Amino acid sequence: MFVLVEMIDTVRIPPWNFPRQLNEAIAEELNKKLANKVVYNVGLCICLYDVTKLEDSYIFPGDGASHTKVHFRYVVFHPFLDEILLGKIKYCSQEGVHVTMGFFDDILIPPESLQQPAKFDEAEQVWLWEYETDEGAHDLYMDQGEEIRFRVTDEVFVDTSPTGPAAAVTETPAQPGQPPAPPAEASAEKKDPPYTLIGTICDPGLGLLSWWNS
Amino acid sequence: MLSNYEVFKLLTDLKEQRKDSGKNKHSAGQQNLNTIMYETLKYLSKTPSSRQTPEIVKEFLTAMMPHKLTKAEKLQLLNHRPQTAVEIQLMVEESEERLSEEQIEELIQMVATVLPGDPEQENAAPAEAQIEQS
Repeated sequence: MFVLVEMIDTVRIPPWNFPRQLNEAIAEELNKKLANKVVYNVGLCICLYDVTKLEDSYIFPGDGASHTKVHFRYVVFHPFLDEILLGKIKYCSQEGVHVTMGFFDDILIPPESLQQPAKFDEAEQVWLWEYETDEGAHDLYMDQGEEIRFRVTDEVFVDTSPTGPAAAVTETPAQPGQPPAPPAEASAEKKDPPYTLIGTICDPGLGLLSWWNS
Repeated sequence: MLSNYEVFKLLTDLKEQRKDSGKNKHSAGQQNLNTIMYETLKYLSKTPSSRQTPEIVKEFLTAMMPHKLTKAEKLQLLNHRPQTAVEIQLMVEESEERLSEEQIEELIQMVATVLPGDPEQENAAPAEAQIEQS
């Protein structure tokens, strides 16, 4: 579930932090920059593991702060393909079942990866598994807050760096007098999460824990 | 790759350190670290990994050596502590071809004895066993 990623970065220590121990100041700056943030194509950063190398600190003209190049290792949440994870159902929608793990929310199980046959109950907004036995069909509901075991099948990284103003201007060439509200609205609607996991529960043993614990 | 236990230990040690230093936990910059630490600790404390120690992990890995499992499979067994054959089949690829039924039973037994389990579950089980015997 978690991996150690080696990274190199230049850390800026402002002058009011000079009395502190260099290691502590650097650890605090790194955590401030990376904790709970997603790095593109790496994963969700949790916390600093250790510092492997500290190079010399330099002070540049015009800036009173010191700049230090740091080699460090960071604990990152990045499950490997086909890993089995445990989570809770956040809610169900037409797109599938949304699962959360507390510290990571954007996990989706699309309808084709649910135990087949599955149906979406519009009234209660919940997916259910139509389980057939000799006695008849049982409808197993996937309720909110239920613990669910799933396998990771895919991960999607989206680069959410801000785009320049050029993109916004070309979208509205015919309305020079209009305020930039429409482009702002369009980009606000398409806010993709930077890191999404796609899962499946289509194998024996996967799905709600209550289905398999007799 | 890190096991859940290693991350759990790292976060609990970090929490102790921050509790001792105490001054600037609530500044705007530290809020992200606080949030992620709290949520991750909450998630991990409900898994079997929170009850492990380095000795238990070493014992588990030496016990797993004769079964020739890949690193990813051993990591998953360590993190999840499977109790049924179905769970083992999920975590070990092609388990039907590589492990016989006896070996799967053996794996379940070893996991249950070496890795500490949920104390609530274990208190319920002996009580049921006693009822069955009497």
